[in-house]
Amino acid sequence: MSKDETLGEALRRQGVTRRGFLKFCAATASMMALPPSMVPAIAAALEKARRPSVIWLSFQECTGCIESLTRSHSPTVEGLIFDAISLDYQHALQAAAGSAAEAARETAMEENYGKYILIVDGSIPLANPGYSTIAGISNLAMLEETAKGAAAVVSMGSCAAFGGIPKAKPNPTGAVSVGDIIKDKPIINVPGCPPIPVVITGVLAHFLIFGTIPELDALGRPMAYYGQSIHDRCYRRPFYDKGKFANTFDDEGAKKGWCLYKLGCKGPTTYNACATTKWNDGTSFPIEAGHPCLGCSEPDFWDGGGFYKAISTPTEDIPKAAIYAVGAGAAAGLALGALNRAKRDKAVAEHVKTTIDDLEKGD
Amino acid sequence: MSETEFLLWVRGPAFQVATIIFLLGVVVRILEILVLGRKPDLAEARGSAVAGGLRAIISRSFAERATLQRTAFTEVTGWIFHIGIFVILLLFAPHILLFEEVFGVSWPALPTTVIDATTIVTIIALLAVLIHRIANPVMRFLSRFQDYLVWLVTILPLVTGYMAFHRIGLTPTMLIAVHILSVELLMVTFPFTKLMHAFTLFMSRYYDGAIAGYKGVNS
Amino acid sequence: MSGASLERGLHAFKEAIDAPVASFFSSCVRCGLCAHACLFYTETGDPKYTPIHKLEPLRRVWQQEYSFWGRFAKALGLSRPVSDDMLTEWETLVYDSCTMCGRCSMVCPVGNDIAYMIRRMREGMAASGHAPQGLIGATQRAVTIGSPMGVKLPALQAQIRHIEQDTGLKIPMDVEGADYLCLLSSMEIMNFPEYTESLAKIFKHAGVSWTLSSEAFEATNSGIQIGVSEIAAELVQRIVDAAEKLKVKTVISPECGHAYMAIRWEGPNLIGKPFNFKVLHILEVLDELREQGRLKTTGKEAQRLTYHDPCQIARRGGVVQQPRNLLNMVADDFVEMPEAGTMNWCCGAGGGVSSNERADELRLKVFNRKKAQLDAVKAEGLVSACSNCRIHLEEGLEEYHMDIPVLSLTETIAEHLAEDKT
Repeated sequence: MSKDETLGEALRRQGVTRRGFLKFCAATASMMALPPSMVPAIAAALEKARRPSVIWLSFQECTGCIESLTRSHSPTVEGLIFDAISLDYQHALQAAAGSAAEAARETAMEENYGKYILIVDGSIPLANPGYSTIAGISNLAMLEETAKGAAAVVSMGSCAAFGGIPKAKPNPTGAVSVGDIIKDKPIINVPGCPPIPVVITGVLAHFLIFGTIPELDALGRPMAYYGQSIHDRCYRRPFYDKGKFANTFDDEGAKKGWCLYKLGCKGPTTYNACATTKWNDGTSFPIEAGHPCLGCSEPDFWDGGGFYKAISTPTEDIPKAAIYAVGAGAAAGLALGALNRAKRDKAVAEHVKTTIDDLEKGD
Repeated sequence: MSETEFLLWVRGPAFQVATIIFLLGVVVRILEILVLGRKPDLAEARGSAVAGGLRAIISRSFAERATLQRTAFTEVTGWIFHIGIFVILLLFAPHILLFEEVFGVSWPALPTTVIDATTIVTIIALLAVLIHRIANPVMRFLSRFQDYLVWLVTILPLVTGYMAFHRIGLTPTMLIAVHILSVELLMVTFPFTKLMHAFTLFMSRYYDGAIAGYKGVNS
Repeated sequence: MSGASLERGLHAFKEAIDAPVASFFSSCVRCGLCAHACLFYTETGDPKYTPIHKLEPLRRVWQQEYSFWGRFAKALGLSRPVSDDMLTEWETLVYDSCTMCGRCSMVCPVGNDIAYMIRRMREGMAASGHAPQGLIGATQRAVTIGSPMGVKLPALQAQIRHIEQDTGLKIPMDVEGADYLCLLSSMEIMNFPEYTESLAKIFKHAGVSWTLSSEAFEATNSGIQIGVSEIAAELVQRIVDAAEKLKVKTVISPECGHAYMAIRWEGPNLIGKPFNFKVLHILEVLDELREQGRLKTTGKEAQRLTYHDPCQIARRGGVVQQPRNLLNMVADDFVEMPEAGTMNWCCGAGGGVSSNERADELRLKVFNRKKAQLDAVKAEGLVSACSNCRIHLEEGLEEYHMDIPVLSLTETIAEHLAEDKT
């Protein structure tokens, strides 16, 4: 794989047909909410695109994001696109190790300074740099150093995007997201635990086609994939609208595939493409498998008040508080009432007789 | 504070505090009225005070015909927004869940399309009520700051609920949080304002009906 | 030297607040419906006549003294106290533009008995020296002379002589052990002696033993209208003493609305103990006699008659069906005005308004409401059972150039008594 090879050349070399390529372009256009008329332009742009250099740093993570990306069931165009990029550093995947690996990173940075894409998965511990190091370099130092020459940063997965599970209470490592540290580079957040593979490639495709970062939402996520909530695109939504809910995981409602809202589904507050692109080669997604959405692509999803508690219900013990409040209210009410009554009765007792001589106000 | 943390605060401590202020305040206000008491009526009764009182609790929901014709706007908008609020509060699935969580009882919900339509109608009725309050000489004359405040805290949960359902303006997490917060605002305002009529009207209607019923008059 | 002062007024307001009043103020949502039930608003269009607004000083005292946040606000100096100027402003609202007819109390959706509160508020108004001059005079005369109109016993005796001479009927006076003690209003003594004459005729016809009392013939109670309970109690006590002295079983309230309210419903509460005699309105007595078959009439009035329900007799007193039973005995063409019965519109002169010259112009202006009711049925005769209503109805009809005679129901019955029983 030469660095000067275009994407089109790389794809053809790997046996991808023109038809398959255009199909991918059409799918990409559709996902990015571009009109079909844009497909030839996308194809042309992708054809000519140079393979960008990509450096992938993994910090406090579980490798789930990489697993997700590499577990494609068949060699897809998306997968090949990935192959087509020049992944110059990814310590879980690369063959090199030790100082050779670090040398690869440094070389890539030098050769492509200002042009490479930095992908990060995992959060960065701030409590003690020693909590997570690579080749003796702390995550923070490596991120800051590597980000300097990056054209853009992609925070892959919820840990990099929002801090994820390492940041969950009580956050022992003082974990923060990439965006908490890097302020001077465009950052594309691709959250999810893990994110959907096609979303990852779609973001890269956008960068390749337009040379820009895609339109992002308030949380830095590409609108094309995170523009709609799970709830709004969920095939079980009609049951929600009709008020038909599963109350337990094995009741009649669960068997009939009714809405999982009562079982704590976070679909209404979660923006992701699961309900449309699905997982495992388009097979299904968690709700389809009968489990409520955990909301993994949202910030602090691990601390959202319990996976199996409906999002609109209180998290504190309200009945207990209510009993205390009524009890205290009764005591205070009776006391205040007694004061009222005493005041009124005193006024009555101290009543000054009004006679017919007291009616005219003459003094 | 992140959005999730804000939602958690709203669902947790804030809701707890609002519940406490609401219940404590309501109970205090009911008791401080009741304990004031009432002198027994020494005149010979012609009818039943209790029957008259209970009757008035129901009958005052319905105006007699001439009054209805004279005040149709107030009566009709009043009916619409009161019924609307109760339908939305009690028959929307996520609300029922809340009651189930707190009281342990549940009941069937209405379809969201019905709730949605009810919300629009209720909001329109409340807007009409506000315009009426400003435009009608009597209502404008009687109104003070509190009347507008109460109107605001009443319509806010409807508007924020509508926005949350349709995901307008903010992230869904924020929308749900803001909606719940608006309800908490209503709960906290409740014991200090005329919103108390929701509870005290049972007393006032009873007393009115009892005073009349004792004399043999259907009030 | 008068003891009236703001302090005494506020003191009386504090005394006036009980659980009903507190619940009423707590429930008010300022919907303004009561305005549309009040003829002072409907006939003037002035929002200041909205019934609940007339209670603002009392409401403020309730809020500042009897509600926890109101007390809190008062302690912080956040609420304005009721001032003498405020009471001066409210004086006309409470006395001139409220007849305590209680129509507003019937329409309030949260069930506020506004008339009940006005009655209590007047206690504070009177104690603070904010009662109208006309009512003060009437009250003083009631206490010192025995009648708000200054009618003394000799005047009554003269009237009785006239009646006895004219009709040959006996008007019993101070008859111990009679079944019924009849009370009269000053207006009946001075303006409508026919009422007393009718009583004599009817009771003779029905074989009823009755009497007047030389010590307590006056039925009206200015103490209630002005709002001084101890004066009201003193006036009630005179009647109770006379009734007990004459050992009557029943005291009959005459054709006067407020008199009925005073003796029937407020009386025992004013003196603090139940009566050991019954109190009935004359219409109740007549209807009882009718039921017992002791009241036989002959012939019927041909003209179209309608009946004006005096507020304190119907809406506030519970005597609604009896006048209809009686009218049907003597009227061929009895028609009901719209909203008759417990929702009837006040004539505009009750609750002391007729004793208050300052309110004369307003009183006649709001009569327009009664005119509309009468126009709706094209009545040719207007029957009522309250002398105060009657005087004002006559005055109003004249003011509005309406040629409709105003009749007393009792007198109309008396005119149609069957001869055979006499």
